Amino acid sequence: MTTDVSINTTKDGDIDEVKLEIPARPEFLSLVRTVVAAAANIESDFRDDRVEDLRIAVSEATTNAIEAHQLIGLDNRISVRARVSDESIEVVVRDQGKGFDRSELEQMPEPDSPDRLNFENGLGITLMETLADESDISSTDEGTTVRLVIYTRQFL
Amino acid sequence: MALGLMVYPEPPFTVLQIDGDLEMSSVPGFRQAIVDSIDDGDTNLVVDLSGTDFIDSTGLGALIGGLKRARSAGGSLDVVCAQPRLRELFKLTDLDKVFSLHKSLAEHVAHMAEVSQ
Repeated sequence: MTTDVSINTTKDGDIDEVKLEIPARPEFLSLVRTVVAAAANIESDFRDDRVEDLRIAVSEATTNAIEAHQLIGLDNRISVRARVSDESIEVVVRDQGKGFDRSELEQMPEPDSPDRLNFENGLGITLMETLADESDISSTDEGTTVRLVIYTRQFL
Repeated sequence: MALGLMVYPEPPFTVLQIDGDLEMSSVPGFRQAIVDSIDDGDTNLVVDLSGTDFIDSTGLGALIGGLKRARSAGGSLDVVCAQPRLRELFKLTDLDKVFSLHKSLAEHVAHMAEVSQ
């Protein structure tokens, strides 16, 4: 199974969009993080720590997408698209899993509760929403789309 | 991604030193190392993240699972982590209140000596 990468450039030759399609396998996570960070670094006005925030948020979204495909044994690939501009980088991760209902996710216990250790999962959405400047998650029974945006320093 | 993992004794602890990213692809090997250590009777664990540049919620979840397993066996799981970025992640997720976090193994040893007095 292959990974497709496509790069769109502007009339001036600047890279403005990078698209990746990856198999739903964990070993491709590191590639996604690397490509997204490289896309952010095309526009050099992102602070290093914000690019790191984006790497984590994208890793969370892609991990969830891989799990969504694995859950139903789906071979289809996961799409990751990064759009870079002077003011921001927008990353959209799209899967074709069964989706999820956020209202059905269990509430995380308080950190000092003994029950906290029974929850290994459930931090991914929190991290995406905390680390990105903007985040949207839309999920139906035909798939989930996560949009994450980080702004350059002058647009914050 | 293959996880670089070195397990060595630092009595009364066993240190699991991780080299590489701790995320979905590397977590199974990490979980197994914790299970193996506890099965061998080494229940007081220190996970050293000094050689780790990247951890996400899957890696943090594996640490939570490891802490639960160690405590169930009567032991502990502490974390050594110096990088401000990674420490910030523990704070953002409130896991700095769940784990005993230290900046170095030496700091961990000194802390344990202090609390045991």
